[in-house]
Amino acid sequence: MPLLSVRDLQVDFTTRNGRVTAVNRIGFDVEAGKITAIIGESGSGKSVACYSLLGLLPVPPASIESGSALFDGRDLLQLSERELRQIRGRDIAMIFQDPMTCLNPYMTVGNQLMEPLLYHRKVTRQQARERALELLAEVGLRDPESTIDQYPHQFSGGMRQRVMIAMALINEPKLLIADEPTTALDVTIQAQILGLIAELQRKRDIGVIFISHDLSVVADIADEIVVMEKGHVVERGDRQAIFEAAEHPYTQKLLAAIPAGSKAPVEVPRDDLIQVRNLCTWFSQGRGAEPLRAVDDVSFTVQRGEVLGLVGESGSGKSTIGRSLLRLVPVTRGEVLFDGTDVTRLQGAALKQMRRRMQMIFQDPYASLNPRMSVYDTLAEPLLLHGIESRKTVEQGVLRLMDDVGLARAFVRKYPHEFSGGQRQRIAIGRALATRPEFVVADEPVSALDVTIQAQILELMLALGREYGLTMLFVSHDLAVVRHIADRILVLYKGRVVEQGTGDALFNSPREEYTRQLLQAIPGRGLL
Amino acid sequence: MWRFVVGRLLQAIPVILAVITVTFFLVRVAPGGPFDSEKAVIPEVKAALEAQYRLDLPLGQQYLAYLGDLAQGDLGPSFKYPGRSVNELIAAGLPVTAELGAYALLVAVVLGGLAGVVASLKPNSAQDYIPMSVAMIGICMPTFLLGPLLVLLFGIHLEWLPVAGWGDIPGDKILPSLTLGAAYAAYIARLSRAGMLEVMSQDYIRTARAKGLPEWQVVTRHALRGGLIPVVAFLGPAFAGLLAGSFVVETIFQIPGLGRFYVQAAFNRDYTMILGTTVFLSTLIVLFNLLSDILAAWLNPRLRAQYGEA
Amino acid sequence: MTAVNLTSVAQAEQGTSLWKDAWRRLRKNRLALFGLAVLTAFILIALLTPWLAPYAYDAQNLDLGASPPSAEHWLGTDIFGRDLLTQIMYGGRISLAVGFVATAVALVIGVTWGAVAGYVGGRVDAVMMRLVDILYALPFMIFIVLLMVVFGRNLLLLFLAIGAVEWLTMARIMRGQVQSLRQQEFVEAAVSLGLSPATIVRRHLVPNALGPIIVYTTLTIPSVMLLEAFLSFLGLGVQPPATSWGLLISYGAETMEEYPWLLIFPGAALTLTLFALNFLGDGLRDALDVRGSGD
Repeated sequence: MPLLSVRDLQVDFTTRNGRVTAVNRIGFDVEAGKITAIIGESGSGKSVACYSLLGLLPVPPASIESGSALFDGRDLLQLSERELRQIRGRDIAMIFQDPMTCLNPYMTVGNQLMEPLLYHRKVTRQQARERALELLAEVGLRDPESTIDQYPHQFSGGMRQRVMIAMALINEPKLLIADEPTTALDVTIQAQILGLIAELQRKRDIGVIFISHDLSVVADIADEIVVMEKGHVVERGDRQAIFEAAEHPYTQKLLAAIPAGSKAPVEVPRDDLIQVRNLCTWFSQGRGAEPLRAVDDVSFTVQRGEVLGLVGESGSGKSTIGRSLLRLVPVTRGEVLFDGTDVTRLQGAALKQMRRRMQMIFQDPYASLNPRMSVYDTLAEPLLLHGIESRKTVEQGVLRLMDDVGLARAFVRKYPHEFSGGQRQRIAIGRALATRPEFVVADEPVSALDVTIQAQILELMLALGREYGLTMLFVSHDLAVVRHIADRILVLYKGRVVEQGTGDALFNSPREEYTRQLLQAIPGRGLL
Repeated sequence: MWRFVVGRLLQAIPVILAVITVTFFLVRVAPGGPFDSEKAVIPEVKAALEAQYRLDLPLGQQYLAYLGDLAQGDLGPSFKYPGRSVNELIAAGLPVTAELGAYALLVAVVLGGLAGVVASLKPNSAQDYIPMSVAMIGICMPTFLLGPLLVLLFGIHLEWLPVAGWGDIPGDKILPSLTLGAAYAAYIARLSRAGMLEVMSQDYIRTARAKGLPEWQVVTRHALRGGLIPVVAFLGPAFAGLLAGSFVVETIFQIPGLGRFYVQAAFNRDYTMILGTTVFLSTLIVLFNLLSDILAAWLNPRLRAQYGEA
Repeated sequence: MTAVNLTSVAQAEQGTSLWKDAWRRLRKNRLALFGLAVLTAFILIALLTPWLAPYAYDAQNLDLGASPPSAEHWLGTDIFGRDLLTQIMYGGRISLAVGFVATAVALVIGVTWGAVAGYVGGRVDAVMMRLVDILYALPFMIFIVLLMVVFGRNLLLLFLAIGAVEWLTMARIMRGQVQSLRQQEFVEAAVSLGLSPATIVRRHLVPNALGPIIVYTTLTIPSVMLLEAFLSFLGLGVQPPATSWGLLISYGAETMEEYPWLLIFPGAALTLTLFALNFLGDGLRDALDVRGSGD
């Protein structure tokens, strides 16, 4: 008998625009001693389904319309709030996506850790504290004795997620629900946390539900996989069945969206469009403090027509390099030669002229568009500013851009909040291309998007790159994505370039230890 | 943390000095000397008076002499009550005003905080609407209107409570305290409701619920502290407002406190009294602001650490 | 929505701007609409008072004295036999004028100050905001009382003094807005397009900072009106023969035992206006989705 057996579960939400069915009569099983992954894109209902089992959804607006969820012989959906509370945190525990916000900033880590134990079991504070120390050591925190009385802000993201895991396991639950536990973390940290969860699960032989939007993340750890789309379960099966013989078209689409392979290198020698020499961008950290060396003595070239990938974890300075090239942050030292002109010294009209030739596509399509301007205004602004179109012809120019980025012309007078993330990113691409630039910096342009959308946007960028004859600097934390799109790759670590080469060269024979670590951390390496 | 406290104290000094300076010169440049209104004062008497109050010295020297007196805690003599010093008047009025203010603050924090927290637990229900509507009335009903209305209703119409005085008849402290505290209770209710709603939507509240804690523990252990920090930060400004409000309340209820002395001094053009009281009250307000700032920072471990290092 | 291949933008379907969206939300908020209606009515009455008032401003009827509401005097008369409705209408002109003018003063100074500090940043910002911090710590209520005592009850001075207090919060809000907007990627995008700073401020910063400013302005007016009424009540604000609601309430409070209507009607006028402004402000805050700041 499975540990948890969900049948016919339906959850509705009452919204401003009427009733929406978020979870539509789904069913799945979770076996004890196995990891069951629930995969789906944002809005697929994967989290809602799990939260509804534990009574963690606000009612209203949510309402559970039908279903059963047998756990340990009892139907969770029929239990009173009091009975559910006895199960929450004792028999079923949870960890969440963002470890930065999930711990109470006003309480010490130790007190939060001990809380489930003190509440659910008859133990003294002393016993609870000892148990907490044991667990902190088990999840890999150095020196638990001194860290237990610290506050969450004194921990890094990865460490906080370890604390969350310890907190979930302190009552030895039978079932652990992990909701995107690694999405907010860097790749190398993600690999560590995934390993930790798998290890603890094996050791305790408990059931785990692992919720994720990313199939590749669960490729190494999941035993069973449940695929959800728009509130429905579209496919269920063991890992092998899903990865090797997926039947449902949506699952196939998800698999196809995992970036794989590397771009064929172009052998034709090309001239350098951009030469970066000894670039330093430092940020002041207040009087007396050492400046933060975000970019520290970096040199490289970008050839005309190529896509150069820039890879690194958060804090590696990869975004700052892109912004330095475009003069969005002040450069401390060094030069950036664009077609022979030093960009770092340009002023006034010359700078404006240069800005026309280099543009940027940003990470967050929700923040990169002015919410008060319609698509028309957003796209018309650069066209008019640089005199690319006149007042008379601007309308046709805007409509052509809409066509180029694959947006229906009928949407031209709509506002950013009326679009999905992928559509917004198309608008942002359109704005960047409006000035007919020669060079574009793309700063994590797909990392805020769902996987299937990610693939579409990448294809669009490649196609437009060819059409417009663009040179591109593609900044990303995701090695697989970069390998897919870039001709050459630069690996950054703490503001310095540690290695560079073609995708294949880096993947097959990395020279530096850090590059090797990065490669090993890529989730689902076997799929590539 | 101590560095932060000391740092803030040091920052308060120029503020207090500025208050003293501005007040001093404002009062001195006021049109019409303090003895001009008295009819036909004999020139010799006037000169003697002016000498007594150091008005015959150049302005700069007057200022320095005043600062010197202040440094020794001497606020100078009163113009209107010959023979009495400003210190004595303040000493007489302060205990009354302090007691009134303390009760009003108690009313504001207890009633307001409770109403706000209760309202936040069930937003958009009767439990929210009723206290928040009362709070809205409290915000829109100025002290000087609420006071007379309360007197009219409970004092004159129902004859339940005395209409004036302080400590003379049992129960005469109730109406003034309520009147003075009401508006701030209303503000605190709104602040604490907003603060609690903000905190209750945080991810860590979901974590607390996922641990299986009962809702009241989620609120008291996890939400209250963060939710009430804005209220603590508001206590400084509230204190300043209460002092100003005491001018009105003490006038309405004929309470012999600092506020009423101040208003009387203003009408009598008792310049040394105005100057002395302003300096005294301002210093008090600056210090109280400081206190509520420090308290709010201390409640937040993150800020505590930041200030500890800085 | 079908993707017809349009040839002109005019044919495209009109989107819903955030302003339109906010207006739609505001229209559903009955209390806010009530506030807007009351406010509009009071402003109109105040503007037209010289023509609408039933009696002359200074018309006395000492024989009549204080009389309760009647057919001739809807809201009764004061001890000099002056029509209370007329008094309230004229008093409202002053009270509203103080509220709006002083808020306008605060708005102009505060927004400019905050925008400059937030946009220029660096040392200029540090100095400008340090000054605001220092002024913030000053006990202004007491200072205004002092000013009124020293310089006599001068209406212009009152405007300036109140405006000078209220701009501080406005400056802080505006600076916070500009600072957080500056870091938004759409502003970076505007910079990389090559727009001039002036255009960036005008097209990208101001429209996005406007929401909180509107909300806070609406909520500043009632607090300014309260301040004026407070001073007038103490006898330190508007002085006779001019009148304001605060002054009328002060007179009413003196004689409330015998003539309660002299307290109740001016009090009602002031309270109703404050209600209207606060409801409108709260409604705007919800409609424009401004996170709780100030308050």
